[in-house]
Amino acid sequence: MELLFVLLQEVAGYANMGAGIGAGVAVIGAGLGIGRIGGSAMEAIARQPEAANDLRSNMIVAAALVEGVALFAVIVCLLILFV
Amino acid sequence: MDRHYKSWTMSHKLSGLFLVIAITLFTFGRATAQDHGHGGDHAEEVHTEEADHGHGDSHDDDRFNPGEMIFEHILDAHEIHFFTLGSGHDAHHVSVPLPVILWTENGIVTFMSGAFEGHGHHREAKVGGVTYHMEKQKIYYESEGQKVYPLDFSITKTVVGMFLVTIIMFLIFPRVAKAYATRKGQAPKGLQNVIEPLVIFVRDEIAVPAIGQKHFEKFLPYLLSIFFFIWISNVLGLIPFIGGFNIMGQISVTLALAIFTFFITNLNANKHYWSHIFAMPGVPPLVLIILTPIEILSIFIKPTVLMIRLFANITAGHMIILALVSLIFIFNSMMGPAAGAGISVVSLAFAMFINVIEILVAFLQAFVFTLLSALYFGAATEEAHDHH
Repeated sequence: MELLFVLLQEVAGYANMGAGIGAGVAVIGAGLGIGRIGGSAMEAIARQPEAANDLRSNMIVAAALVEGVALFAVIVCLLILFV
Repeated sequence: MDRHYKSWTMSHKLSGLFLVIAITLFTFGRATAQDHGHGGDHAEEVHTEEADHGHGDSHDDDRFNPGEMIFEHILDAHEIHFFTLGSGHDAHHVSVPLPVILWTENGIVTFMSGAFEGHGHHREAKVGGVTYHMEKQKIYYESEGQKVYPLDFSITKTVVGMFLVTIIMFLIFPRVAKAYATRKGQAPKGLQNVIEPLVIFVRDEIAVPAIGQKHFEKFLPYLLSIFFFIWISNVLGLIPFIGGFNIMGQISVTLALAIFTFFITNLNANKHYWSHIFAMPGVPPLVLIILTPIEILSIFIKPTVLMIRLFANITAGHMIILALVSLIFIFNSMMGPAAGAGISVVSLAFAMFINVIEILVAFLQAFVFTLLSALYFGAATEEAHDHH
């Protein structure tokens, strides 16, 4: 039991590292997702420039939704750090 | 818009009033996610506390604590703190005290937060024979050796912010509505020109496509209310030096809005909607065993996601700006004022950039919240023949 407690003391800082890594991975996900959305929007605008306004609004909505998901992960990491 | 004007404004005003009252009531719990913000990690806290003895008064030690500063700005407070002159023991805080309203065992106790003495994390006020302690903005009193946390109905900084937003809305919208009545058939003039495109945008780009021509009018007042409330709150939070409002960054506020959407969706849902949740047609029974619990959970998860999305976006934006500005103070405390002044150019450039993005985010989050609420309403009131 004492060994367990000693080990737990040792790894207390790893929670913070986990939070940092988690936030980083979340950003990777957000970057990939929003990059794809932006990329397809660019292609679509190139194919049909008249539709640029419609495409732009839809792109922004989709980007906001993807970003929302990434921010869940950020919230969880903040909870790890500060709660 | 004209022929619906009379019933439109009445229900608009009533639902707006209901929204204001309900949101004000709902923020009175301290259900913030960062409730126990210790202002930085524990190792840092140990250092600062070892460095100075006594009552752990953060202003006793010179070192700048960015985590603490960020959380002070993000979390709710019982006063509106503008700035501090000086440092250490003779720090003079320029702030506006706010009413503290507590529902204790002995009834409702009210006093101004200026009664709290001291400026550290732990402050005390003696009111009506009872000593109230405020530990990092949470108020308790001691009874038989136990800490008793009374229900806190105080007018906190966030509540003042919400009052400000509703005052702004009550200044704008009745005036515009009256202008439409008195200037029937004429071209819009003045404020009408600003508000009309926005309202038409919410109606034509959010309400009608999401809900459909038949049912959208019932939900349009609510959609307009939350759209403008969220947008104006977000923009208010971006204005510096007025005390730092973070209205949509309080999870209790976004929870209240999500609860409204939840109730409106489920109270207006028709049989088609419920039949899709409990027994999705065209699905084999074995899959239904898995699908139905997921659908039931999704009734609750969708508003929860709405809440977290808005909260996280606004809080994250504020934290980024605060972190960039606190870079200046970190450099100042680590490498002297010259380094602080030097980094301030870079830091402020980035902070301005993020501020511009936050202006977009302010509108975007209002738009996304409203759009998703409208989509949920549309799904709830969808007719059977529109489907598949």
